[in-house]
Parts: sequence; structure tokens; C-alpha cells
Amino acid sequence: MKILTEHIDVQGIETIDVFRKKGGYSAVEKALKTMTPDEVTEEVKKSGIRGRGGAGFPMGMKWSFLAKPEGVPRYLVCNADESEPGTFKDHYLMMKSPHTLIEGMIVSSYALGANTSYIYVRGELMYVVNILEKAIQEAYDKGLLGKNILGSGYDLDLFVQPGGGAYICGEETALLESLEGKRGNPRNKPPFPAVKGLWQCPTVVNNVESIAATSWIINNGGDEYAKIGIGRSTGTKLISASGHVRKPGVYEIPLGITVEDFIFADEWCGGIRDGHKLKAVVAGGSSVPILPAELILKTVNGENRLMTYESLSDGGFITGTMLGSGGFVVMDETTCIVHNTLTFGRFYHHESCGQCSPCREGTGWMDKVLYRIEHGKGRQEDIDLLVDVAKKIEGNTICPLGEAASWPVAAAIRHFRDEFEWHIKHPEKATQKGAVFMREGASWSL
Amino acid sequence: MKVTIDNITVDVAPGTTIMQAARQIGPHIAPPAMCYYEPLKASGGKCRGCLVKVTAGSEKDPRPMPKLVPACITQIQEGMVVENTINEQVLEVRKGIVEFLLLNHPLDCPICDQAGECDLQNFTFEHGVSKTRTVEERNTFDPVDLGPNIKLNMNRCILCYRCVYTADQITDGRVHGVMNRGDHAEISTYIEKAIDNDFSGNIIDVCPVGALTDKTYRFKSRVWFSKPVDASCDCGKCSGKVTLWYRGDEVIRVTARKNEWGEVKEFICNTCRFERKKTSDWTIEGPSKVPHNSVISANKYGANKITPAFPLKQAAEQYKKIDDNRDRSFLAPQKQLN
Ligand SMILES: Cc1cc2nc3c(=O)[nH]c(=O)nc-3n(C[C@H](O)[C@H](O)[C@H](O)COP(=O)(O)O)c2cc1C
Ligand code: SF4
Ligand code: SF4
Ligand code: FES
Repeated sequence: MKILTEHIDVQGIETIDVFRKKGGYSAVEKALKTMTPDEVTEEVKKSGIRGRGGAGFPMGMKWSFLAKPEGVPRYLVCNADESEPGTFKDHYLMMKSPHTLIEGMIVSSYALGANTSYIYVRGELMYVVNILEKAIQEAYDKGLLGKNILGSGYDLDLFVQPGGGAYICGEETALLESLEGKRGNPRNKPPFPAVKGLWQCPTVVNNVESIAATSWIINNGGDEYAKIGIGRSTGTKLISASGHVRKPGVYEIPLGITVEDFIFADEWCGGIRDGHKLKAVVAGGSSVPILPAELILKTVNGENRLMTYESLSDGGFITGTMLGSGGFVVMDETTCIVHNTLTFGRFYHHESCGQCSPCREGTGWMDKVLYRIEHGKGRQEDIDLLVDVAKKIEGNTICPLGEAASWPVAAAIRHFRDEFEWHIKHPEKATQKGAVFMREGASWSL
Repeated sequence: MKVTIDNITVDVAPGTTIMQAARQIGPHIAPPAMCYYEPLKASGGKCRGCLVKVTAGSEKDPRPMPKLVPACITQIQEGMVVENTINEQVLEVRKGIVEFLLLNHPLDCPICDQAGECDLQNFTFEHGVSKTRTVEERNTFDPVDLGPNIKLNMNRCILCYRCVYTADQITDGRVHGVMNRGDHAEISTYIEKAIDNDFSGNIIDVCPVGALTDKTYRFKSRVWFSKPVDASCDCGKCSGKVTLWYRGDEVIRVTARKNEWGEVKEFICNTCRFERKKTSDWTIEGPSKVPHNSVISANKYGANKITPAFPLKQAAEQYKKIDDNRDRSFLAPQKQLN
């Protein structure tokens, strides 16, 4: 079942003519000509689609929270900052089929009553900005953007804003600050963007994938969308698969397939690269807890783990993880978990905006301790110190980057404590190039 | 609106924050504020030193709030119940905040002008633990001059953003901001452009630590050896209401007057602060009120007769020895972040 990527490999799909031949912009026609904004919102609610940017908040519910005071403009902002290590799906979609996003932007803006909308694109992706701008111009030329779209009386201007080059600008309130031309520092909440967002006006911020999916929902109905998937995980999800699999890439999966299928079936990742074994998976982008092979394939109750919000988080943070943004990083037995944790730790240290003390100082501290352990200068007490620092950051910060930085460290120690201990006990061995600890009896051990 | 903080109930106006309500009750209940500064719009919410537990959100919805909330920016709801000094979790987290703030702080109090009137010292004294768990090298920055009268020692900065808001809100035109991110962020004037603005000196007074200091006062005295006196003058630019800091008969420093929360009451101009340093420039109003627990109130008799040279020298020598002997063998060289 493909919703977003059905035509993605069609020659010339990035041009408006080919896109329209494949049925593109029919959702705009349908919504603007035959539906009221509230009816559009209602379909999105019925679809049960959850935000694809990481937190998985129900999209229809978010829309219904939007404040609608008289005489105050409202905005839709598309979050295309995609900087989470391991996540590259929005990039793929925008680069290959920019009109898929633009169509969704028009439908969603109409539903929310926004007459100006923005796509905030990760600053490093200037070529994507160019692709989008070209596509937007085409849409203006065809009367799909601008004044009185398709004679419906609805006006919409759509702008692309290149980001400031910081991961933190993907956090929705930092994004809004950056969009306003300021330093991308997250705001304290409340007030939430739905009440005071861009320029202090009511604003909805949604991920690229969330917005792109609304066209299909309007064309086929929310109920149809909700039939795909399992339980509260409806529809399809783009998964960015990377690491030691045979076929890394972006896959659109129906939510609800098993993790085992996703990793091993030929339709998806095609298994672990030759001669190697699955050791661990980071299932939803660098900030979600890492899980060892046995826990990613099956929950502690022995049930098959599914690619759904609920199943991946089964077991909480003790034995579960999160679907997050769908950045699926697969590691085989050659991966040193300490090294991997250091890489993540270093990233968050580098990307903390530095506003609040727990995250600013804590991320730097964890990075330095991890660096010592990885380089053979660890002390036994460092392991518990890391756990405690992570705990002191978590929940005490302005934005979720604090948690995003703590979870990977805490989870790596929770599931691979023996590797950290081995590094500390045997620094001469651990610092040799390519050295990896092999847990005795583990399924991945050679 | 009624709110209960640490089992004491007060009546406050709608829109009041937990911090303001707690301050109404008194200093023993008020959470520590390292970044919040009432006169500065939008300040607060950053240091997390004021995190408190809300055990009941409001009368209507008496559920506890899941996370600790910053008292300085969280508004009271009717019937809210808050725990500050009586909540274990709050006190534990606060210890952690002290530890974080000190992690890269140079602890050079013996040679820091702010010592004795430093919010971080007080915060640490009241909420911190006496042992450090860090063995890492501290991040360092080179000190820079922000114009002729202000020194920035970034090593001591806790990124409270008070000076940034001050520069934004009381000086005309933005004069400085924050560059870079995380623990490598720094206060900067963007390519070290000098701050020349009649009110720029106020960033010294709002700074909770010794990151911004008055160059005309640097190393002249320890604060507890000087006597604060309220004085005023007919100034065309500002209210002219200041505090003079005397050492013997000499005015060694001029600052704005502060309220009991250490917040500037009225911002003063640079002429008053940096240039009017003679008693004859001023009309003396009387001794300033100093909080009784402040070290400034100590040593007030015969302060000018004490020669600090010997004990200070001794302390510095001992400090150096301890520092030189620190075990650094486990420190691997770190790659520079940019
Ligand atoms: C540090 C940080 C980085 C984030 N980066 C992104 C991002 O690159 N793209 C994105 O869509 N959401 C990102 N988010 C989540 C957004 O804050 C927000 O929840 C999301 O854009 C909402 O869209 P959705 O409801 O459609 O998922 C990030 C959050 C945090 C805390
Ligand atoms: S948690 Fe980190 S990134 Fe988020 S506001 Fe605080 S310092 Fe900035
Ligand atoms: S220099 Fe002082 S006032 Fe400015 S941010 Fe740093 S600590 Fe705060
Ligand atoms: S005083 Fe409230 S967060 Fe700093």
C-alpha cells in the first residue's frame, strides 16, 4: 500500500504536468470546491493520522486546538528541518516529488484558514529549497496558489524558508523563532503555538510527511485511511532505513508489519549484510532508546514486535522504545555500542542551544565522560555517573532535546552495560581499532 | 486567587506567577532565581533553579503536574498547590542544577570581583553539595573588553540572558547577544564591537555572577570591605538614584540600587556609574539596606583598617597547590567543538 510514494519514481513527477496526470492536485479541487474547512479537518480527524515528526501527536486533534480569534491571522508551518541522525525521509519526498508536499500544504492551509504558509527547510538542503521554489512557481502559474485559488475565493501564499543550520531549529518553537528571523532558541511552553505561534498568532506546525498525507485522506476519505494499519497506528509511514542492512533506503510501509519482516523481508531491508548478525536497532531516530536484537524483534512477553507506535513502545523505556520519526538504524555485531553512544552524545552536545542549564552543561558532561570511556580513560563510577546525569537532565529542560540527549545514553547503559564495563576494565583491548566486545551467548556473538 | 505554597496560603492577583506569590510570602519560601529578573520582560525559564512541584494544578483540575515547573514563569491558577522547600524531588533537582552551573564555572571566587554579592555563590551555598563529581577539564574562553568600562569573563557566565534582555530593552538598539550553541555559546557583541551606549553599564548590575564587571572597580576591593551608601544627584539622563560603595573616604564604585531580591530598582546612566566618583558629586541619603545574611553587612566596623594582603596571599598559594596537584592523568585530549 503506497500513499506518498506511489508515483515517486515516475519520470518527471517533479513537474506539475506529470504530477497532475498522475492525479495530483485533485485533493485541492475536491477540498476547495466541495468541502468546508471544518469538513476537511473532520476527515483528518477520522483518519487517525498521528504526527510524523517524532512525537506522534494526533494531527486532527492538534488542528482542533488551533485558536481562532476574529481578525487575527493563522499560520500553517511545515517542519522540513529534518536533522535527526538516522532520519532522511522528508528530504527524499521533497526532492523527488515536491508537489506532493505542496498539494498537502494547500489542503491543510485551507482547513486551518491560513492565508500564508511556510515550509521551513533544513538549511543544508539548498537544492531542495530550489526544487520546492520551482514547484511553487509552477503552482502559482497554474492558479493553484495565490489569490482566488481555482475560483474558490480562497487565497494562499506559500513561502520556503531555508533553515539556520541547527538541529534545534526542528523543535517547533525554535523553528518559529528562527522563522521570525531570531536566534533559534526554543520557547517556554505554555503558551503553545496553537495559541501563540508565529508572530504571536495561532499556528500549526506539522511535519512534511504528516502534511503530505492529507491529500490522500481528502481524496479517499479519513475512514479509508484508518483501515490501513493497526489500532491507533493508522496509515502508512516512511521509514528511513540505514546501517548494516542489505538494502538501506526510504520505505513506505503500512503501519503494523512486523519488525522482523521489515528487517529481513526482501520487500524491505532484505536482511543483515552478508555474514553478519543483527545486534541492535535504534528504531525511531537517534533520540529513541536503542534496543538489543532480542527486544527489538519480540516484546518481553514474547509477542512479535510490530512497526506501530504502540508495539514499539511496549515495555516502556525498560524494554521498549519509540517509533519516533522512523529513523531506523540497524547495527550488526561489528558495532561498538560505546562508540555509537559517544557519536550520539557528541551530536547532542554540539546541538544543544544552551539556554537551560541541565541540557547545556549535561550534554557536554556526558560527551566528555563518554569520550574518556571510549578512549580507554574510563573509571567504573563513570557508568553510574552517566545514568545520573541523564536522569538530572530528563524532564527538567525547556524543550525535549534534553530528553533526546539523555535517552540514548541511559538506554545504551541499560541494555549494554557489560560493554561499558569491558571498555573500562580493558582499555588496551577496547581502544584497538575495530575492537568490539562480544557478549557470551548473545544471539549476535560470533 | 488563592494559592498554597509549602502549606502557606496567600491571596494573589490573577496573572501572578508562582515566584511572585512565593516572594509575597517571604524569602524563606521564594525559589532561587538565577535567570528571572522582574524588571526585564521575557526573562526567566532558563536556569531551571526555580523548578517546583505543583501537587494540584487548580481547584477545577486538582491533578498534579507531571513535570516540575519553573516558578518564575508559571502562572497561578485558583486553588493551586505548590511545593518548594518541602519537596524532596525539588531539592534533589536543585542540587543537580547547582552542579550543572558549576560544571564549567572556574570557581575563581578568590580573585573574582563578584564574590560576596554573587547569586551563584549564594545558590551553591544554600542548595549545592560540597563535593564535586566532575573530573573533566573546564571549557575556557578568553576575557574580552566590551568597550572601555566593561569586562566580559565568559568563563563565569551562566547564560542567564539577563544582559541580553537589558541590552535589548533599556539601551536603544541591540548591542549584544549570544553566539554559538550549547556549552560553547558565548555572550558577544558580534566581532567585538564596543558597547557605547549611555545605559550599557547596567548589564554589570544585572549579571548574577562575575562575568560582567566594572573595569573602573576591578580588583579595588572585596565587596565586604566596602560600605554601601544611598546617594543621588541631579542627572539629566537618569534618575540619579544610586548606591555609592565606599572604602574609607573613597568612592570606589557606583551601582544602581537593588531591591531585596537583588534586582535593580532604577537603571542608571554610564556617567553616574563610571564618572561621578567623588563624594562632592552626590547628595548622601544614608546607609543602604543590606540583607542581614549578606557578607556585605559583615566587617562594617573598621573595614578600612584591615589589610587583606596576607590571608589572601596565603589562600592563593594553597589554592594553587591543590590545583596543581589535581590528578589529570585520566583526561584524554578532547577534540575542539566549533
Ligand atoms: C530537538 C528537536 C528536533 C526536532 N526536529 C524535527 C524535525 O526536524 N522535523 C519535524 O518534523 N519535527 C521535529 N521535531 C518535532 C517538532 O517539535 C514537532 O513536534 C513536529 O514538527 C510536529 O509535527 P507533527 O505533529 O506533524 O509530527 C523536533 C523536536 C525536537 C525536540
Ligand atoms: S533543552 Fe537544550 S536545546 Fe532545549 S531549550 Fe534547553 S538547552 Fe536548548
Ligand atoms: S554575562 Fe552575566 S548577565 Fe550575561 S548571560 Fe552571562 S551570566 Fe547572565
Ligand atoms: S529563575 Fe526560573 S528558570 Fe531561572
